[in-house]
Amino acid sequence: MAEHDKILLREVYKEFGSTKVLQGLNLAIRAGETLVVMGRSGCGKSVMLKILLGLILPDSGEIVIDDQEITQLSEKDLVPIRQKIGMLFQGSALFDSLTVGENVGYALKEHFKMPTEEIQQVVKKNLSFVDLAGAEDLMPAALSGGMKKRVALARAMAYQPEILLYDEPTTGLDPITATTINALIRKTQQELGVTSIVVTHELDSGFSVADRIAVINDGVIIEIGSLHEVQKSKNNFVKLFLAGPK
Amino acid sequence: MNKNFFNEKLRVVGQQFSQFMINLHDMFELFGRSFALLFNRPAYFRDTLAQMHSIGVRSLPIVVLVCTFTGMVLALQAGYAMAIYGAKMYVGSLVSISLLRELGPVLTAVVVAGRVGAGIAAEIGSMQVTEQIDAMRALGTNPVKKLSSTRLVAILIMLPILTFIGNGVGILGALLIAVGNLNIAGSFFWTTVFNAITFEDLLNSLLKPIAFAMIISTIGCFMGFHASGGTKGVGEATTRSVVVSIVLIFLVDFLITNFILTIS
Repeated sequence: MAEHDKILLREVYKEFGSTKVLQGLNLAIRAGETLVVMGRSGCGKSVMLKILLGLILPDSGEIVIDDQEITQLSEKDLVPIRQKIGMLFQGSALFDSLTVGENVGYALKEHFKMPTEEIQQVVKKNLSFVDLAGAEDLMPAALSGGMKKRVALARAMAYQPEILLYDEPTTGLDPITATTINALIRKTQQELGVTSIVVTHELDSGFSVADRIAVINDGVIIEIGSLHEVQKSKNNFVKLFLAGPK
Repeated sequence: MNKNFFNEKLRVVGQQFSQFMINLHDMFELFGRSFALLFNRPAYFRDTLAQMHSIGVRSLPIVVLVCTFTGMVLALQAGYAMAIYGAKMYVGSLVSISLLRELGPVLTAVVVAGRVGAGIAAEIGSMQVTEQIDAMRALGTNPVKKLSSTRLVAILIMLPILTFIGNGVGILGALLIAVGNLNIAGSFFWTTVFNAITFEDLLNSLLKPIAFAMIISTIGCFMGFHASGGTKGVGEATTRSVVVSIVLIFLVDFLITNFILTIS
């Protein structure tokens, strides 16, 4: 693990039944960067994020976060690791029995035992950050798709994680809302300096937020580098993928 | 051809049996973890109280309705049947023993399995297919502790109470029929009731709801946690939860009855 690497995936394999999803995936993510992982739908990008969070165990391989190997950790021992990581789920995954404010303050109430007034202040601050000031008392069912994503981002940021994982943050959103989300991802990285991994198959979204881009195919990373480097790739799949729909 | 057909059938049966054993193991594991986590922090008192309200208080009207009418029907049927043998005045004994030993615990459990077990499976199943369970784990919460343990303890407390109330209103329903329809004096009805009830009946009425509570909570949570395939999967999990719970309630009812009769 290089000195500036925050996260390292080494020879990670994962199968579901007879479907091989990850086949010896190697990837290093530098501290403070935004790495965009691109690839076709169903190629294992989301599985990779869930493995990073310890939600899914890999069949083999190592996951190192801040010099700590996490695949052997129990659910209890994973809690401090997870407190370093915030995740924006593909479908937002807001708790639909809780209000927006309760969703955003969930982890603070659950683990950090903060006083209620302090939690409310953090909730207000984070909702303002995602341009949803005053939405504390709304229920998730009353929100649009874009608003749900922004609340989910506020929830993920509430406990100031060092790492943010974004699973298809703009999928299913209209172009204007998608641009807002992309701007928020950039703003989060610039203002908070977090290490981010953005998984997407949407080229515009990926290009607009990436410091580096990794392209995944057949369960391995086939290209990684800056946008410029990846665009000059000689790999046929990368060329075809970056050419976009015709 | 016939041999291949037979082998294929055998393979399918083997697979299904293997899956059944895995599920059975996982259900016991879920129950064990839910129970063990009751003694860990955080205690989730508010969640448990909310579940007790949802499971117990909100099930009360339907339990009262079902048990009252059961007591009334039982008294009516027994009264006319026993009148043939001149034993009509002992309707109170028959109804109270039937309710305490079998009908009260089983009917209450079936009602709760239908109302609460299905609700648990649907709620946890929806959370599972919309990644809320993953989000919970990602935010450092143990979903078994937060969702399963709280429901287990809520049902363990509320089902015996509901059964007790169900038995009571069932006997009151029988009293209405005895006095109003069968012309039995109220005081005599109560005398036959209290003379008939034994320690074993009370044991039945306490042991069975505890066992049924474990079944309803574990099956509901297990089906919810294992839901997959979107809303269709949630619907299937809900149906399976009710069917499996009711079948197990009747099976365990037989086993407990057999056990109590053997030891007494």
